[in-house]
Amino acid sequence: MSGKMRILTGIVVIAIVAVVSGVWIIRGPGPLDFAGGPKVALADYRAGKPTGVPAKLEKASLVERGEYLAKAADCMVCHTKPGEKDYSGGLGFKLPFGTLYSTNITPDKDTGIGNYSDQDFLNAVQRGKRHDGARLYPAMPYTSYTYMTDDDVLAVKAYLFSLPPVRAKVPENTLSFPFNQRWAMIFWSAVFNPDTRYRPDTSKSPEWNRGAYLAEALAHCGECHTPRNLGFALDNRKKFAGAITAGWRAFNISSDKATGLGNWSDADLISYLSLGHAPGHGSASGPMGEAVDHSFSQFAPEDIGSIVAYLRSVPPVASPDLPATTAPVAPASHKEGVTADARGKMLFAGACASCHGWSGESPVSPMATLTGTWAVNDPAATNVAQIVLSGTRRHTPDGALSMPAFGNAYTDDEIAAVANYVTARFGTKGSKLTAKDVAELREQTAE
Amino acid sequence: MHMAITLTINGETKSFDAPPDMPLLWVLRDILGMTGTKFGCGIAQCGACTVHVDGKAVRSCVLSVSAVANRAITTIEHIGSTPAGAKVQKAWLEAEVVQCGYCQSGQIMSAAALLAATPNPDDSDIDAAMAGNICRCGTYVRIREAIKHAANGQS
Amino acid sequence: MNAHHNVSRRSLLTGSLATGFLLAFHLPLRAAPNEPVQPPDVTDGKFAPNAFIRIDAAGATTLVMPQVEMGQGIYTAVSMILAEELDADWSQVKLLHAPANEKLYGNPIFIIQATGGSTSVRAFWKPLREAGASARAMLVQAAAAQWQVDAASCTTSKGQVTHKASGRTLSYGALAAAASGQTPPKNVPLKDPKDFVYIGQPLKRLDTPDKVNGKAVYGIDAIVPGMKFATLAQCPVFGGKVGKVDDRAAKKIPGVRQVVVLDDLVAVVGDHMWAAKKGLDALEIEWNEGPNAKINSKAVWDDLRAASAKDGVVAKSTGDIGKGLAAGEKIEASFELPFLAHATMEPLNATVHCKPDSCEIWTGTQIMARVQSEAAKAAGLPVEKVTVNQHLLGGGFGRKLEPDMVVAAVRIAKQVEGPVKVVWTREEDIQHDIYRPVYRDTIAASLSGGKIVGWKYKIAGAAVIARWLPPAFQKGIDIDAIDSATDVPYEIPNVHVEYVRAEPPAIPTGFWRGVGPNNNVFAVECFIDELARKAGKDPIEFRRGMLANQPRFLSVLNLAAEKAGWGQPLPARVGRGVCLQPSFGSFIATVVEAEVDEQGEVKLRRAISVVDTGIAVNPDTIVAQVEGGLIFGLTAALYGEITIDKGRVQQSNFHDYRMLRINQTPKIEVHVVKSGEAPGGIGETGTTAGPPALRNAIYAATGVALRRLPIDRKLLAAGKKA
Repeated sequence: MSGKMRILTGIVVIAIVAVVSGVWIIRGPGPLDFAGGPKVALADYRAGKPTGVPAKLEKASLVERGEYLAKAADCMVCHTKPGEKDYSGGLGFKLPFGTLYSTNITPDKDTGIGNYSDQDFLNAVQRGKRHDGARLYPAMPYTSYTYMTDDDVLAVKAYLFSLPPVRAKVPENTLSFPFNQRWAMIFWSAVFNPDTRYRPDTSKSPEWNRGAYLAEALAHCGECHTPRNLGFALDNRKKFAGAITAGWRAFNISSDKATGLGNWSDADLISYLSLGHAPGHGSASGPMGEAVDHSFSQFAPEDIGSIVAYLRSVPPVASPDLPATTAPVAPASHKEGVTADARGKMLFAGACASCHGWSGESPVSPMATLTGTWAVNDPAATNVAQIVLSGTRRHTPDGALSMPAFGNAYTDDEIAAVANYVTARFGTKGSKLTAKDVAELREQTAE
Repeated sequence: MHMAITLTINGETKSFDAPPDMPLLWVLRDILGMTGTKFGCGIAQCGACTVHVDGKAVRSCVLSVSAVANRAITTIEHIGSTPAGAKVQKAWLEAEVVQCGYCQSGQIMSAAALLAATPNPDDSDIDAAMAGNICRCGTYVRIREAIKHAANGQS
Repeated sequence: MNAHHNVSRRSLLTGSLATGFLLAFHLPLRAAPNEPVQPPDVTDGKFAPNAFIRIDAAGATTLVMPQVEMGQGIYTAVSMILAEELDADWSQVKLLHAPANEKLYGNPIFIIQATGGSTSVRAFWKPLREAGASARAMLVQAAAAQWQVDAASCTTSKGQVTHKASGRTLSYGALAAAASGQTPPKNVPLKDPKDFVYIGQPLKRLDTPDKVNGKAVYGIDAIVPGMKFATLAQCPVFGGKVGKVDDRAAKKIPGVRQVVVLDDLVAVVGDHMWAAKKGLDALEIEWNEGPNAKINSKAVWDDLRAASAKDGVVAKSTGDIGKGLAAGEKIEASFELPFLAHATMEPLNATVHCKPDSCEIWTGTQIMARVQSEAAKAAGLPVEKVTVNQHLLGGGFGRKLEPDMVVAAVRIAKQVEGPVKVVWTREEDIQHDIYRPVYRDTIAASLSGGKIVGWKYKIAGAAVIARWLPPAFQKGIDIDAIDSATDVPYEIPNVHVEYVRAEPPAIPTGFWRGVGPNNNVFAVECFIDELARKAGKDPIEFRRGMLANQPRFLSVLNLAAEKAGWGQPLPARVGRGVCLQPSFGSFIATVVEAEVDEQGEVKLRRAISVVDTGIAVNPDTIVAQVEGGLIFGLTAALYGEITIDKGRVQQSNFHDYRMLRINQTPKIEVHVVKSGEAPGGIGETGTTAGPPALRNAIYAATGVALRRLPIDRKLLAAGKKA
């Protein structure tokens, strides 16, 4: 071996070590590593059945079971463009480097997935590999779905194939170089997709294991609530610590008492997940509102309970930018409390006070109460601005309550002003949004 | 499903069947025939539907009837029997506020609630209490004037 | 201030011509002479000398309102004019909505029975005075006959005839029966305005007491025993049709009774609006959107801009425009106005009971007789089988000059057993309005010696008149579209005005408060400010220099300048802007003071209007109309724009079709100049005045010459230049 070769080999070895350790560092722990207990293959787990459908659907047809699981995995929201047919795709995801469109997953043979074999479907859902071999972008949460059992994935397929085919060609993605190079996703997947099915933790209860399966494999909570690392994969060192996704803040759902769910009662969590609202904690909006409407609200009560049990076990991670406690009710008089930001106040008086009140406690419905919500206590005001921009709609057993989208008729400057006023008046610390910030939020919002 | 509902409106007990999510506005107008309360937008942006619930101005178009079962509801038809309401109505006519009048039920309800809580409102109080009420005829200048007049005047 | 004796006959005529009198004076409308003083069909045993007045034995004086009340105070003004000449007892006056009857109650300006164009007082001033005077004369004749005295020796006041010499009096009630037998006099003398006891007084409005206690009944409040409630959806794309409707889910909603599917709309009928609304939300409707689904705002504007580049029909040409434009420094600019929705506070509605052989309608409309005839067509019945019960209007603004809300309700009601109240949601109201058209105006002018020597003005936009009043659309000219363009107040030697008819594709357009003058006064007054700046002159000084022969304009302009403190220093980024307008037969100068902050947000500080509208029938109503009109116009200037995408209107309710609110409203002062001239129109004037005055204030505050409405606040942030 010549000197040159030795040096070169040395460099290669160092590079390999660097890459491997880099990958190890970047990849970090898996989503369930925090639990720490011994894991077994599903087939070897006897304490309960964490996968599949709840007991009442055990005897249901494959299609019905698939429907439950498809809802639990919340396929529809991303695979349906508003106003278009369910599952016909075409929803745009605005990314900094272009727009990505979701696939038509109806069984249409030309424009949908009608030609998918079972193996094709498993490859797509669990491995991010398309029928034609092309790689999916991780906007499709296959790194979560990979934990689903083959049976469950194929039940979902059966359900989708039971739907009427919709002929709807999805627009081409508009990603710029190098993000338009799908093949590069092979390497991303190799590093970040464990490509493994759910393995129960025998140190935990069957309820916990069911919750873990639902939350990780199906509901893919972490995709929004866990921050991402440099490789754009979930950083489970800060599992469920909250993150900004698609322009909305997914709040901390770790068990941190101050800034996570540690102080929420089980009843609060159950109410929030199944109704999209918990008294004193506000209402789900934006992507979480959709998740509740199309997914969690359809869950069997025992499955909601399992998710709650699971969430409780996630180690606390603090969100340092959030206050230790949410602000109390604001004064009933507009003159007391925060009175700065004249423009924000003027707008609030005209368009907001009718439903939200000057105190933040809604005269109309508890769902419209601002007091106690993380949205108004977030000094970044991300979700306040988003809700003002795009509105929200909450369904309840008593019907729907909605807030209109003000984004089209109010300027960025006005929306910044009203968000700053609202966070200052009803939260612990007023935001300092500028028109530019609001313009960026508009950009980030999915179609 | 419809359910039997009993409300206290203008001091009277009213019983009827209605879906629990039905906004009070439509109960008043279409079930009870009390058409003084107006439909303007249905999304709490215009204030035409304002009523009082326990003395506070509330938009009845987004207020489900099931939420007000044990509360005292007052409408424009009865507001004149409250001291603040009577003052407001009088001042409204003296200042000749009204044009088409369609929004004025709501304006008067908002103004009466304001005066009941804040007997001597300043401009900022008027802004805070009245900005949720839209008037297409543009009677705002006179509304402000009339509220001040009602506050100063004796009824 | 009294400009009366200074005013020439010519300037009055100019003002009148500006305003739609053209319709009656110069255009060959169908030859159905309006006869407002002829007797009514039904007298009910009362003294009913003409279509407007009934007096019963107790003296109750019922006045029949030929024009509809939509907030403008016309019921009170009409009553004051009638009562004035009748010498009625104001406390005995009761009002009645006129029935649909074009012959009795047609508007002398439009010929048809319509309330709009700020014409009511102008059109009915003479006929109502004559009706009142004639009735009074008959009552006097009856008294004189009874007393056997000369009628000329009797006087009247407050519903009584008095014979001073003998000290005898008789009330009108006591004379009612006898007066019915009298012959109406010919050429009855009218009062000298100096003897007016009601006209000119700020009398309290007659319609308002019931509007503060919830008793007033608008069309939407009609209650017909046994009625059901419906709401409707029309294809979101203009002109689209209903394809498939799946009503299974809707029919499961408690209270839903029926789903009515017509070729272009779907309605859900229920026990109340809530059931109807929920039912409508639950319907799955597939629309056949048709070719209009491709239309968007950009295409509309591209079309209009292309059309406005073409030559138009000449509406006016004086002097030599070629020479005029060559005589000085030429400047050119184009101004654009958007589609606007009306958004009356009372959403569109009509209650209809269709039976096999008759149809009864309860609604509030600006066009009684046309509603009746269009309803008859829709119902497949002869006109006389259709009864229209008129109600108060919760705002009209021109929207209810269209019969569509009634026609839709009749078509739905034909499918429903019993009466049905059809109420449009606000969303439907805004997305299926008949919109104020888009306009584009191009003005080229030349300046020489600080004066305008050439003025070439081209208007491009829809011809609403061609659709709404076809006989008045002559030689390719829409007299509404050119209103206030052919009669700018300023003395300019060479003037050329053209009109290009440009209809937007598929988007229905109609009248909107302020009509044609909104567009023309905006372009003219904005451009005049740009010319003033070019000439290095103060905007008011520049205007004054061209008003030597326009005393009424000059006097309102001077007073407005004085009241506004024109010329007094203002803080940075605060400006005053002026607008002078010839529209609707009134002479109005308006100054708006506005502040533009660093971000470009506009704050209205003050508005001052000085109004010479001739004889002010009810000065307080005039002040109120101008106040409200200014707010209506300023709202549009700041926020008003309907945009189209995929053939659909993108706005839907007050969250995205914004309204000015009380906490944004400036201080407003309106000064009414005393005048002895015939009354002008007033209801729309403020709307016309607000936008150009605001735009010019912004121009003064920032130097940015906006040429489009609504105001684009992005262009106004600090540091932006003209």
